Amino acid sequence: MNEAIRVDNLAKRFAAVEAVAGISFTVRRGELFGFLGPNGAGKTTTINMLIGLARPDAGTIRIGGIDCGANPRAAQHLIGVVPDDSNLYPELTGFENLCFCAALHGLDKRERQSRAKELLHYFGLAEAGGRKFGGYSKGMKRKLTIAAGIIHQPEILFLDEPTTGIDVASARHLRQLIASLNRAGTTIFLTTHYIEEAERLCHRIAFIVAGRIVRTDAVADLLQPLQGRHRVQIACGAAPEPLRQELPAAFPELEFAFPEPGLIRVAAAGPVRVGPLVRFLEDHGAEVAEARRLQPSLEDVFVQVTGIETDQMRREKERKGGAP
Amino acid sequence: MKRWIAFWNILRKDMRTYYLKPPNVSWGIIFPLAWTGMFFIKSGSGLGSIPTLLPGVVAVSILFGTTSMLAVTVTFEKKNRSFERLLLAPIPLELLMLAKTAGAILFGVANAFVPVAMAAGLADLSTVAWTAFVPAVVLISVASTFLGLFIAVAVSEVFEAQTFSNFFRFPMIFLCGLFFPVAKLPVFLQPLSYVLPLTYGADALHGAVHGGNAMPILNDLAILALFCLLLFSVSLRHIQRRWIL
Repeated sequence: MNEAIRVDNLAKRFAAVEAVAGISFTVRRGELFGFLGPNGAGKTTTINMLIGLARPDAGTIRIGGIDCGANPRAAQHLIGVVPDDSNLYPELTGFENLCFCAALHGLDKRERQSRAKELLHYFGLAEAGGRKFGGYSKGMKRKLTIAAGIIHQPEILFLDEPTTGIDVASARHLRQLIASLNRAGTTIFLTTHYIEEAERLCHRIAFIVAGRIVRTDAVADLLQPLQGRHRVQIACGAAPEPLRQELPAAFPELEFAFPEPGLIRVAAAGPVRVGPLVRFLEDHGAEVAEARRLQPSLEDVFVQVTGIETDQMRREKERKGGAP
Repeated sequence: MKRWIAFWNILRKDMRTYYLKPPNVSWGIIFPLAWTGMFFIKSGSGLGSIPTLLPGVVAVSILFGTTSMLAVTVTFEKKNRSFERLLLAPIPLELLMLAKTAGAILFGVANAFVPVAMAAGLADLSTVAWTAFVPAVVLISVASTFLGLFIAVAVSEVFEAQTFSNFFRFPMIFLCGLFFPVAKLPVFLQPLSYVLPLTYGADALHGAVHGGNAMPILNDLAILALFCLLLFSVSLRHIQRRWIL
């Protein structure tokens, strides 16, 4: 059987709020599956139902072929979970935390100690292994939390916002680790609101908005419709507000977007002639600093599919204190 | 076998991180000492009063040691989400909660024997029926721990756990026949005594130490065991309903 996870018509409601509204998807064995959406879209509720920490109101979940409908905890021996919070024990050392998590999965003493040492080394935490978890930096905490999630070598790993709130270098290192885990054969279910992270890591992606999956596809297929599009980004200081209306009127063959103050994105079916645009902007009081061609990205797909502007996503990132 | 590895390690971690910490060990010694001293001075009848005071001090030491520790530690782990790690372990919920409560039960039993050790140095305990005393101590410890679990699943903040525990514990000191018989309570309060598990534990201890039991000891122990089952199953149901949403 090629399906690691199969979800059919999964639904969950909290009082008047429909958190997850009848979603269906499958994750193939060995796949790195991304689950993307803004805050409050239903990502964590979905992951909680998949791992047995929440009970669905309707629908079915099969993990590794096991029907988790009757018993939400039935497939827990197959899964590893890395929650969005680094929820290990602050009073235990890194090594003790890993050994304890291994013991929860029934590994004997010799096996759990050897796995713990191996993972501390693998995650670059060998020297910090004897220090208490409570004294770790955020990046170290995330790494150890991921190590705890895979200590029992699960077939399927759930990663909930793994790089949120950590510095750029640690996030990059974590992404490399996630990719190498997947190459080693672990099926990974990744929720994130960092679109570029999902684009770099995932094979397939589902977009969830307001509890509904609006699109599921391979990353290459998601990008395909944008391949023929020509896109330019213009950076200019303090563009006057009326330009938002004047630009589309002056260049009706072009599509304009204003993702944040001082940035203008232009899209067209054919090549975008930058000269007239720059002249128009400067004539209307905007100082153009840069104009460059953009490659199609998943961010554009996300905006197109969900209707949610990326500056909204960026504000979410900033609120969470994260680095992309 | 794998389940027992998990069970043993949860118990061992809790013993190390909570119960064997110096503040708790000192609590386990000072608390019974203070209660014994207080009632010893209050009774004014010298060393002869020790056997009649001992059951109450033992019961109250267990009650206070177990309920507060378990309610606070579980609420704390629930609050910082480390409890989710336990809920994700591939072991049955019943075994998981038994592992989580086993540390508090052992702590309660150990607390019980602090006043016993002190009393042994001051009075003759050769007439104590240990075959009744020990099961009574264990069952009181289990019942009090499960009461702590019941409190832990009913609250979401550590301070609520403390407040809620006191709501149960302080009335139990006076209503359960620890230091004076239930029969001496006002008639309208007596029915309340019989719905509290500690009444049966205290009665069994009085019977074991100085033969002052109001009911047959076996009945006391059986009723106490039923309270344990009831509190544990209600707590499990609450966990399934409230924590696995």
